[in-house]
Amino acid sequence: MRTGPSWFNITSIVLGFAFLYLPILILVVFSFNESRLVTVWGGFSTKWYGELMRNQQLLESAFVSLRVAFLSATAATVLGTMAALVLVRIGRFRGRTLFSGMIYAPLVMPEIILGLSFLLLFVAIDQPRGFWTIIISHTTFAMCFVAVVVQSRLVGFDQSLEEAAQDLGCPPARTFFVITLPLILPGVIAGWMLAFTLSLDDLVISSFTTGPGATTLPMKIYSQVRLGVTPEINAACTILVGIVTVAVVIASLATRRQEMQRERDERRAAAATG
Amino acid sequence: MEAIGSDKVKARLGRLFVIGVPFVWLLVLFLAPFFIVFKISLSEVAVSIPPYAPTFDWSAGWDGFVETISGFSFANYVWLTEDDLYWRSYLSSVMIAGTATLLTLLVGYPLAYGMARSPKAWRPTLLMLVILPFWTSFLIRVYAWIGILKNEGLLNQLLLTIGVINEPLIILNTNTAVYIGIVYSYLPFLVLPLYASLEKMDESLLEAAQDLGCPPWKAFWTITFPLSLPGVIAGSFLVFIPAVGEFVIPDLLGGSETLMIGKTLWMEFFNNRDWPVSSAVAVVLLLILVVPIVLFQHHQHKAAEKAA
Repeated sequence: MRTGPSWFNITSIVLGFAFLYLPILILVVFSFNESRLVTVWGGFSTKWYGELMRNQQLLESAFVSLRVAFLSATAATVLGTMAALVLVRIGRFRGRTLFSGMIYAPLVMPEIILGLSFLLLFVAIDQPRGFWTIIISHTTFAMCFVAVVVQSRLVGFDQSLEEAAQDLGCPPARTFFVITLPLILPGVIAGWMLAFTLSLDDLVISSFTTGPGATTLPMKIYSQVRLGVTPEINAACTILVGIVTVAVVIASLATRRQEMQRERDERRAAAATG
Repeated sequence: MEAIGSDKVKARLGRLFVIGVPFVWLLVLFLAPFFIVFKISLSEVAVSIPPYAPTFDWSAGWDGFVETISGFSFANYVWLTEDDLYWRSYLSSVMIAGTATLLTLLVGYPLAYGMARSPKAWRPTLLMLVILPFWTSFLIRVYAWIGILKNEGLLNQLLLTIGVINEPLIILNTNTAVYIGIVYSYLPFLVLPLYASLEKMDESLLEAAQDLGCPPWKAFWTITFPLSLPGVIAGSFLVFIPAVGEFVIPDLLGGSETLMIGKTLWMEFFNNRDWPVSSAVAVVLLLILVVPIVLFQHHQHKAAEKAA
């Protein structure tokens, strides 16, 4: 019947992606603008990147953000992977409904409520706020995202491998590290990257849980954006967008290659046994 | 015998460890704070650090506990009903989020549909292109629109050059800009579940309808749309719920007449430093959102069961 995609489908795809990508593209283009005016083209220049490199405060906040994102993403990946195992592999236990509720609720909870509740917790236990309180709160909401990503990976793979290992006397912890973890690794890595970018990106929760001396990059950008749009911010945003794009593309290519490798191995194994 | 016994104990301990660590973490850091927020919403504002009258004094023992309980007051909640700023903010947040969800659906449906009907070889790439903006900073994506929507911004420049308008449209700092911001930022959340349910659809149903002489438009409304409903519902919840409590978009793109509860809460907290009232605002917002959140989880649960 229908052979190629219809003009309607192509138009909607093109318009949809134009809407998604044009604003970011414009932002990137104007970061190379000579003029201080962000919306009038004054010729190509990289001077705002140079300016950026001399902006000590901005660089410092970027460094804070990177450290927060790295530490909280790592903690969130460990906790989130455990949570995914609980959701998929461990059947019934008391409090399961509460547990899965606590995993899914933060995914849609407005950040402003999460931020306020974290802050009031830290105040209630007399914990001085700063670098570490940001990390703890980022870990908490990011682990739920990791759990969901890893969960979808766990659901999709053959459980008989784990069972075989356990039947041969492999203890559960060893089974996890030797069999399960390598198989779900793409999911775990994707979860870590998601947690990393969520943390790197967060403004609201950081603003509530921060203390003196811990200003993250989004907080810095936000305070400057309120004063107006500048090409320097465009340059900072372009660098961030560039890093994330390269990382995501590499990760997805790596996953695809690994998947193909696995399929080849499986086919070879089937051929050998058959 | 003993070895087997200790193995069993080990396995039990391991199980307890795997459940216990994330469970306790979430109980302490996610659930407990809500009770603290509720508790503080019942206390009174005080000029001190932290700026609220302490509600629990553990050293006072049982008598002190009874005294604090009797000292709880719903004054902050009464205040929320008295000052019309609050209920107007709630109402307008729900309205803005609802309208924006409909608009996102209008923009997202054709995109998801086009993707699901595209050649199979394109799909992984198209899917990645939808996910990619989700990875780039929310703040940056909102910021990008300021330069476009400003009075002397690119959109106005373009429209003036073409000659569609004679004077610049005022879009930035209005509700229109907030709608654009929400649709843009949350579009991937809607497209992904919608695409998933459209892609699963059995196309032979449409072919059958066409063979029987059903016009395409009618086939869409009687077959495609009802079958894509799970995706429509899941996606709409994923846009609506966080949009109600949105702060960054109304703050950066909205104007003074844009009332949204996230912004009101932020002002109450950071500008007025009234922690008890901000806690009460958060508790009421949570109560408003509990209904859609529970509905959403119920829907997801049912969908998961159906798939299994």
